[in-house]
Amino acid sequence: MTLTGKAWTYGHNVDTDAIIPARYLNMSRPEDLAEHCMEDIDLRFADKVEPGDIIVGGDNFGCGSSREHAPLAIKGAGISCVIANSFARIFYRNAINIGLPILECPEAVAATEQGDQLTVDLTAGTIENERTGKTYHTSPLPDFIMEIVAAGGLVPYTRNWLEEKRSV
Amino acid sequence: MGHTLAEKIIGAHVVNEERKLAPREVEPGDLVEAAVDVVLANDITAPISLREFPKLGVDEVFDPERIVLVADHFAPNKDIKSAEQCAQMRRFAREKEIVNHFDVGQMGIEHVLLPEQGLVLPGDIVVGADSHTCTYGALGAFATGMGSTDIAVAMATGIVWLRVPETVRFVYTGELQPWVGGKDLILYTIGQIGVSGALYRAMEFAGPVIEQLSMANRLTMSNMAIEAGGKAGLITVDETTRTYVEAARERGQVERDYTIYAPDADAAYEQVIEIDVSQIEPQVAFPHLPENARPASEAGTVKLDQAVIGSCTNGRLEDLRVAAQVLKGKRVHPDVRCIILPGTQTVYLEALHEGLIETFIEAGAAVSTPTCGPCLGGHMGILAAGERAISTTNRNFVGRMGHPESEVYLSSPAVAAASAIAGIITPPQEVIE
Repeated sequence: MTLTGKAWTYGHNVDTDAIIPARYLNMSRPEDLAEHCMEDIDLRFADKVEPGDIIVGGDNFGCGSSREHAPLAIKGAGISCVIANSFARIFYRNAINIGLPILECPEAVAATEQGDQLTVDLTAGTIENERTGKTYHTSPLPDFIMEIVAAGGLVPYTRNWLEEKRSV
Repeated sequence: MGHTLAEKIIGAHVVNEERKLAPREVEPGDLVEAAVDVVLANDITAPISLREFPKLGVDEVFDPERIVLVADHFAPNKDIKSAEQCAQMRRFAREKEIVNHFDVGQMGIEHVLLPEQGLVLPGDIVVGADSHTCTYGALGAFATGMGSTDIAVAMATGIVWLRVPETVRFVYTGELQPWVGGKDLILYTIGQIGVSGALYRAMEFAGPVIEQLSMANRLTMSNMAIEAGGKAGLITVDETTRTYVEAARERGQVERDYTIYAPDADAAYEQVIEIDVSQIEPQVAFPHLPENARPASEAGTVKLDQAVIGSCTNGRLEDLRVAAQVLKGKRVHPDVRCIILPGTQTVYLEALHEGLIETFIEAGAAVSTPTCGPCLGGHMGILAAGERAISTTNRNFVGRMGHPESEVYLSSPAVAAASAIAGIITPPQEVIE
């Protein structure tokens, strides 16, 4: 699976209040949340983001609250993938569960500038930066997590299991 | 090699491929599926869980008595959309016969309420669609925050997947200085290791200082494990825990048994960090990260517009007692709005009986019904552009309490109360003789 888009770069510790401020948690549809994604730290984002674009963050991306609204807002904004040095663990789970691809790759993060054109191959675990002409490699997701991703997220994964149980 | 507290509890809850309980020894890095004892959600996270739940193809929850739903974030309903979210949760609770649904009048801030009502017990695995679910680690439970989809699945199956975390043990020694408590210890600790210092790790808080801490102070420490990136913040059960849990069981009339686990003496910790508390002064974390901790005495002149005392971090009776001790017979500075939020109805009532509420009102503070409200910029005390608040809550991110150009300084109830009187950030000893 290949994803292509331009990079939106941010620093370390991008928290879930920055991704989607709590004042909008009286809503939960991705398209509603997307309108306010990143607005407290980057007013341009919601207006200028294009389908397929890629967010590139530093350490501990998605720290803070457990709100699934954060990856939903990012996905709703059309972001195809988030690359960071590391992710906060609840954000990591949420992204996997809702089918938002995420990759940990400090080398790619260090080399990426705002607006760079990136191409990500999820199966091969590679990130190509058009400007630098370099390709960066990430380690694959653990098998168990790949099973969840392959099923299309945690809900279909669990549904399959529950159906198998009933048919026994 | 022995096992840490987190490994012991997770190991005891592991299920096999048929998803039947099959306890075994687990090691850090293992990906396991585990049975959960309690599943929690609130009025802002439950709506997404309830949207996902029907997609699982089941009609019933795994156990209506093990699910807890609390309307605390934007309740009492702050606007029409919030009212719809609470209504949705209320309908689900009725339909699935979830007895532990706490609505306005019974509800409190979830992480003050659940331990108080004996709903979470030592040895439990608790998962909640709220990042501060880690609070219950103070009871010797493995408790961790997850997203709404994880919680929908846990509601349906009673099972979650977990990666067994490495454990970092924090050993606190020395003599606590006056006005220094759990909040100061955890802010200091996060200041030392940073907001990702315990990323994906379980934190174990131990040592003679922890053994002397009250349950309220312990709950405050575990509450903020997530602010260091921690998956859980655990404290071994002792006499203090047992006394608290037995009182809570009586209050909540919970009859469920529980198991006490302890870390092995030869447990394999990723790291052991020793902290001498003797030199730790009352702390303040500056904007915009909880790791920006420094002594309140070195805050400089930070002029305040608001002081918030309450939240899942510091909304317990003991916290209000400390605040009242500082505010008694004094007046809140005319430029400061001081807002006090008791954590639960029980805390509110006991504070009323003890005369604390009277002290607050006489000092010129506003006392609110329990709610998460201002902590996350929801309602009941939002900041305008350029305004500054000192707050006993747990996060001071950009825009956390309102306008993106406002600022939040985190502290203990003692520092917040003293600062409310002085109008600038002030250590308590400067206000109290």
